[in-house]
Amino acid sequence: MVVTDVPTKLVYDRPAALDPRVTHYCPGCTHGVAHRLVAEVLQEMGEVENTIGVASVGCSVFAYNYFDIDFVEAAHGRAPAMATGIKRVLPERTVFTYQGDGDLASIGMGEVVGAASRGENITIMFINNATYGMTGGQMAPTTLPGQVTSSSPTGRDVDRQGHPIQTSELLATLEGSAYIVRRSLHNAREIRRAKKAIRTAFEVQKQGLGFSLVEMLSNCPTNWGMTAVESRDWIEERMLTYYPLGDYKVSPAVAEIKV
Amino acid sequence: MAKELIKGNTAVAEAALRAGLEAYFGYPITPQSELLEHLSARMPELGRPFVQAESELGAINMVYGAACTGKRVMTSSSSPGVSLMMEGLSYIAGTEVPMVLVDVVRGGPGLGNIAPAQGDYNQIVHGGGHGDYRMIVLAPASVQEAVDLTALAFDLADKYRAIACIMLDGSIGQMMEPAEIPPMQPLKTEIPDWAVRGTQGGEKRLLTSINLDPPAQEVMNHRLMTRWQEIEANEVRYKGYYLDDADYVVVGFGTAGRISLSAVRAAREKGIKIGLLRPITVAPFPNEILDELTQSVKAFLVVEMNSGQMLEDVRLVVRGRKPVEFFGRMGGVVPFPDEVLTEINRLVDGPLTTDGHPRNRWLARLAETIG
Repeated sequence: MVVTDVPTKLVYDRPAALDPRVTHYCPGCTHGVAHRLVAEVLQEMGEVENTIGVASVGCSVFAYNYFDIDFVEAAHGRAPAMATGIKRVLPERTVFTYQGDGDLASIGMGEVVGAASRGENITIMFINNATYGMTGGQMAPTTLPGQVTSSSPTGRDVDRQGHPIQTSELLATLEGSAYIVRRSLHNAREIRRAKKAIRTAFEVQKQGLGFSLVEMLSNCPTNWGMTAVESRDWIEERMLTYYPLGDYKVSPAVAEIKV
Repeated sequence: MAKELIKGNTAVAEAALRAGLEAYFGYPITPQSELLEHLSARMPELGRPFVQAESELGAINMVYGAACTGKRVMTSSSSPGVSLMMEGLSYIAGTEVPMVLVDVVRGGPGLGNIAPAQGDYNQIVHGGGHGDYRMIVLAPASVQEAVDLTALAFDLADKYRAIACIMLDGSIGQMMEPAEIPPMQPLKTEIPDWAVRGTQGGEKRLLTSINLDPPAQEVMNHRLMTRWQEIEANEVRYKGYYLDDADYVVVGFGTAGRISLSAVRAAREKGIKIGLLRPITVAPFPNEILDELTQSVKAFLVVEMNSGQMLEDVRLVVRGRKPVEFFGRMGGVVPFPDEVLTEINRLVDGPLTTDGHPRNRWLARLAETIG
């Protein structure tokens, strides 16, 4: 069969803002999807050359390798503080952090609450996969009740090990938060919604409306001990009940934004 | 410009601002807070960023971010707060971005108290944060000197892509003295090549302290250390008093040096040939002059407001060639000139020894004093 006559339609191309190298992420991991969405959005907004990223500590510690964007690398949990420092001296730049749940919701809770309460005009990409990925799948502040991890081997016992933190809900209570939403990366429809939220979040910053954060429910097939497909089902079946998708804070000014 | 009566903390804040401080991030802690308070009013007046952070961790990491843009940035704190900043200081050193830190040292360990002390010598001069790095440490003994060293700290930080620390103690920070603050300098307009700003069509820049390849990390460590050698060769500063004909020399920095000067003058009036070596840079340490003095004097007395932290640096230079004795007060107790004079007399009366450790002899004497 001769295929050259078949009309072709380009349905996906790697955004130029994303470095063409192979990532270090595990097969099936949604970090790659999240990276792509960020790159696409910044490219569509024409902001790539005007952006400074702040990488965090966790699996995404090397996120800076994958973007054709000026980057700095923060200490564990401190990315929102570092982003604050950059944004305050370079207010015309787009500044974002890319943080996981161990980084943001555990060791870095003080920094993210501080930044949100001040209404820092920065954007946070918050990847929640309910585990510490880089260090080998220990219990995270977001680990679900009963979830088995390498440091909760019999399942998270909430009486002994406390309850998972619902970060978006928590940050939405702060007056400085302009846009706080939770999305998921477990299927194509949710990925499209996540992209739209990321676009909105960066528009919030561009218009100087305050602190914006997009929480993205993500997977960790390696540490969850699942196939990639199983891990996506697990997000849908287990994570969505504890971490409902939705818009937790949309300030009146942000509600006016159309993307 | 005329001198004005001004508090040390306020003077350093104003001097920093006039030296081109573009952004300040801090957290309140006594006895440093006037510094933060002064800038909380002055920085917004000039349209420059001021953020009272959520913690010292937040403050130092805001500095880290702002320093990555190549601007002149600063934070200030006091001992327990600086301990919290150690993580960030190590990262900043590892990323080779310049910044200025002001440490208004108070009594410790732990929460300690808010009285003047010099117990941060080890954590500031000999690290505190992890890994191999050194900070340039300036130790003023008066409000005027603190003002003068503030501008120098920014210049040195920029020149060596390093952390420059102004290590005051609570008494310099809290004391009011006449001082002249230099006129306002324009903000730095040149942004160094390494500073992040958005690619703007060019090559992307990356500022990080991570390097998973040990040999490559060793190259970076080597670069930091050879730069430190350069700093040691070029930036040693000290002040000598009555050293030319001195048989005995007191070594003390900051407030302890200043108090010692009163005692040295009193001893001189009694005909004792004694001088004072007051390191202004405690890092890099004035090894060379100390080595020269070792060859000419009979003995040294080290005076500090701690348990003899700088004493070890002195001993490393003297290397047992001459007797070294020590006198210190700890925990926020400030020595009187009379106490230092007593120690000078004890030194002169002898007997002198190079045996044992001076700290042990001092601790035994102190036990009698404080019970």
